[in-house]
Amino acid sequence: MKFGILVNEGPYTHEASDTAYQFVKAALAKGHEIYRVFFYHDGVNNGTRLTVPPQDDRNIVKRWSELAAEHKLDLVVCIAAAQRRGLMDKSEAKRNGKDADNIAPGFRISGLGQLIEAGIQSDRLVVFGD
Amino acid sequence: MLHTVNKSPFEHKALESCLKFARQGSAVLLIEDGVYAAARDTAVSPQVQKALHSVTIYALKPDVEARGMQNRVMDGVRLVDYGGFVDLVAEHNAVQSWL
Amino acid sequence: MTEENAGSVAKRFLYVNRRAPYGTLYALESLEVVLIGAAFEQDVSLAFLGDGVYQLTKGQDTKALEVKNFSPAFRALEDYDVTKLYVEKEALEARGLSESDLVVPVEVVDAERMAEIMEAQDVILSF
Repeated sequence: MKFGILVNEGPYTHEASDTAYQFVKAALAKGHEIYRVFFYHDGVNNGTRLTVPPQDDRNIVKRWSELAAEHKLDLVVCIAAAQRRGLMDKSEAKRNGKDADNIAPGFRISGLGQLIEAGIQSDRLVVFGD
Repeated sequence: MLHTVNKSPFEHKALESCLKFARQGSAVLLIEDGVYAAARDTAVSPQVQKALHSVTIYALKPDVEARGMQNRVMDGVRLVDYGGFVDLVAEHNAVQSWL
Repeated sequence: MTEENAGSVAKRFLYVNRRAPYGTLYALESLEVVLIGAAFEQDVSLAFLGDGVYQLTKGQDTKALEVKNFSPAFRALEDYDVTKLYVEKEALEARGLSESDLVVPVEVVDAERMAEIMEAQDVILSF
């Protein structure tokens, strides 16, 4: 079965990103397909490579990046939500005249249409948030 | 249909809303702080027990254990792991998250 | 559950709004999804439950707050062929509101009807 995932909260403050990650891992282990993970609202903060959690804690961002690399996951950060919250890739930084980008490996920035498309293409869409 | 509830029933209305709109035969999965609703002998357990007559209620075991609730889960509430969560989503036509 | 629509299969999308505007950004960002999603020609409905009904109230004036008043955008939904707006009767009454207090025409439904509407969906988005 094909699953679409929506993550509405950032890392650490809320459990939403942890639950979504464990759900995705378990779905993949059962042989399901993850069509896309879409990050919206503060969820876009899951995609910054500049997080440095304490060494004895899980690295939520890195964990998503690694899972994406291992399973070719499509991790999409909403462009409008990302711009509000200062999450940039190289081309967005350049387009907006910013001096840095911060997107983590495996994530890409795109429009809200990608969320709707995930709803259309997936057999199930599951929302994680607060 | 599968409903998920991730809020404590003592501070939020998410569970109450969920139970109001969950039709007979639906499944309700308590996750994150929502698992506190699975405890027996609380102010909300009568409400949950009543709901068990019309819906199936599950609680996410990793969240139950993280909160030290494993010995307090009321009879009738079924525990599932993340794989069980995935199965519940697959078994139902749609998921409503009561955030 | 689904119907043929110009060669592609249209899905039933329900947006569930349960948050008041301005205190948090969820309501505005939810509306942004609805507006973008309208271009995809799916079967779209909006449900307003609990504090979500406050998104639709008349008389919102955000000038002093220096944020955008997005309530007029609900009136534009009709231009996007988004016309199915369902409001929970009990939520309105509990808040001392009636249909005439809202910025757009809606269908006020009881909990049982709302549950039926939810049950008929393919994709439920809540923010």
